[in-house]
Amino acid sequence: MDNISALMDGFATVVQPVYLLYALFGVFIGTAVGVLPGIGPAMTIALLLPLTYSLDATAAIIVFAGIYYGGMYGGSTTSILLNTPGESASIVTALEGHKMARLGRGAAALATAAIGSFVAGTIATVLLTLVAPFMASWAVQLGEPDYFALMVVAFITVGALLGRSVPRGMVALALGLFLGLMGTDTLTGQQRFTFGIPNLADGLNVVIVAVGLFAVGEALYVASRMRHGPVHVIPVEKGWRTWMKPEDWRRSWKPWLRGTVIGFPIGTIPAGGADVATFLSYATERKLARKHKDEFGHGAIEGVAGPESANNAAASGVLVPLLTLGLPTTATAAIIIVAFQSYGIQPGPMLFQTQSSLVWALVASLYIGNLMLIVLNLPLVGMWVKVLQIPRHYLYAGILLFGALGSYALSFSPIDVLILLVIGVVGFFMRRYGYPVAPMVVGMILGPMAEDRLRRSLTISQGDLSYLVTSPFAATAYVSILVIVGLGLWLKHREKRANAELSRLGEEIREESQSQEVN
Amino acid sequence: MTVVLAYAPGDLGTASARAAGSAAALLGARVVIVNATRADRLVDPRWADEAELAQVIEILDDAGVDHEVRHLRSGSLPADVVLEVAEEVDAELVVVGLRRRTPVGKLVLGSTPQQILLRASCPVLAVKA
Repeated sequence: MDNISALMDGFATVVQPVYLLYALFGVFIGTAVGVLPGIGPAMTIALLLPLTYSLDATAAIIVFAGIYYGGMYGGSTTSILLNTPGESASIVTALEGHKMARLGRGAAALATAAIGSFVAGTIATVLLTLVAPFMASWAVQLGEPDYFALMVVAFITVGALLGRSVPRGMVALALGLFLGLMGTDTLTGQQRFTFGIPNLADGLNVVIVAVGLFAVGEALYVASRMRHGPVHVIPVEKGWRTWMKPEDWRRSWKPWLRGTVIGFPIGTIPAGGADVATFLSYATERKLARKHKDEFGHGAIEGVAGPESANNAAASGVLVPLLTLGLPTTATAAIIIVAFQSYGIQPGPMLFQTQSSLVWALVASLYIGNLMLIVLNLPLVGMWVKVLQIPRHYLYAGILLFGALGSYALSFSPIDVLILLVIGVVGFFMRRYGYPVAPMVVGMILGPMAEDRLRRSLTISQGDLSYLVTSPFAATAYVSILVIVGLGLWLKHREKRANAELSRLGEEIREESQSQEVN
Repeated sequence: MTVVLAYAPGDLGTASARAAGSAAALLGARVVIVNATRADRLVDPRWADEAELAQVIEILDDAGVDHEVRHLRSGSLPADVVLEVAEEVDAELVVVGLRRRTPVGKLVLGSTPQQILLRASCPVLAVKA
């Protein structure tokens, strides 16, 4: 019961006008970056981190939560109207959503995506409210080797599942772990990999690495590649009466709920984040559709409603291990951990006790952010599409400037900017050759934490390695690695098949339109 | 003899196409439709799609004039593209749609028709919607 009253206190904090404004700012920015392909919530939060140092922790976390949620909403708009998914969790939405838009039902697709996101987001936040405190009170009992085991699980799954290929993910992870080692050893005071440079004695700043990889690397990559010309936006009919017909409501509500049920648990386990959940939901809807089976592939509303709600439910699910165990399972979650750390807060089981007001304010802001997003999104679709008219060079030059400014502001040292650029170039080549950057950031954040746990466990056991696996929880965790990776890879494989199908359908449409031109 | 039509989708573009059609019919000239994008953004509302170009072609067919479409992706500004094409085909007349824009807007964003009006070496027909 005290959880409920704590949540109410959280609401009391969040409804203060200043925090409402911060939440609005967050969801606004989040939606805009969600709409823009190539710019995601992870990059945005990384860019904003140095600038939010002057805010109090609650305000900053509310902004970040808004960006995180907003990104999930925004992605669906571009998927539906342009067939260009704004972020990876919206790829499946494009399958059916874009077809619907071509049939002149774009408004219904947008509406079912937004309302589904709202429904799923709200239910998932309720689940988060109920599950997280339990998880936390259980997690307090975990010992050092158990934590180490959990982190190994996170390393392996993130490395194996956040990219397209397992070996490349592992290489990126190893690189991140190495960067995490740089600096002064906390136990012995020795300097490691500092190359005698005094600026490196404190280690590399995670913010610089994150901005370098997500923002600078990505900007360079886009500058080098994205030359494709303008895409046509399918116009959306005006007036709210056309958004959802009674039949659309009838066909949508079940997929919304199913999407939530699928998305939330997948979000909580480290299985590669929301995109797996969206795909699974799509496959389920396709299987369950009886009457409208032939509509799939030609604009079935269930195929938009399910995946969109699954992706938002998964987004809330990701917060469960993040808040209760301090384990990031997606790139954005990793950046949010950095944000917590920059305020001297260590996410983990103690968070619900030591920072209870902050955590509950965060949860309350999720409820409010969801409400804001549905209000913002539906009537303002036209404006979000306008965001896509910003010329790319302005956008990416702005990102580079922002990134450089932010990393300079961290400690007012030009060396930081140089490091940023070096890491940015590394990030560019990683992108260029298909190495995922997210495992690198996760490795760098979790690496030092895992090292700490490992060495403390070994101190307790006086160097006996078997202590690491004898606790039942740790043993279970190591076994579950196999299960999760196996399951994740299987899902990825299915997802790839679906993507192939998607591009095949895209080809067909292109051919059709070409043959129409000839006539 | 050639008339160059600087086309951008919308009511104004349609009006310009009509004007270009009747002007070309009077002069007994053919029309070169120019539509350009710098391809530097994901969505460019001034880039015509096939349906919009087909509509222009229909208007010109109705006017009974010969036509040619130049659908260009070019790094240069749209005004420069139009002027280049006008130069190349030795245009008799350039037809351009004129949108109302505040002086401040013109200062900040510039104005494609203004550039064409000032720099074209042939008469320019400015069309208002």
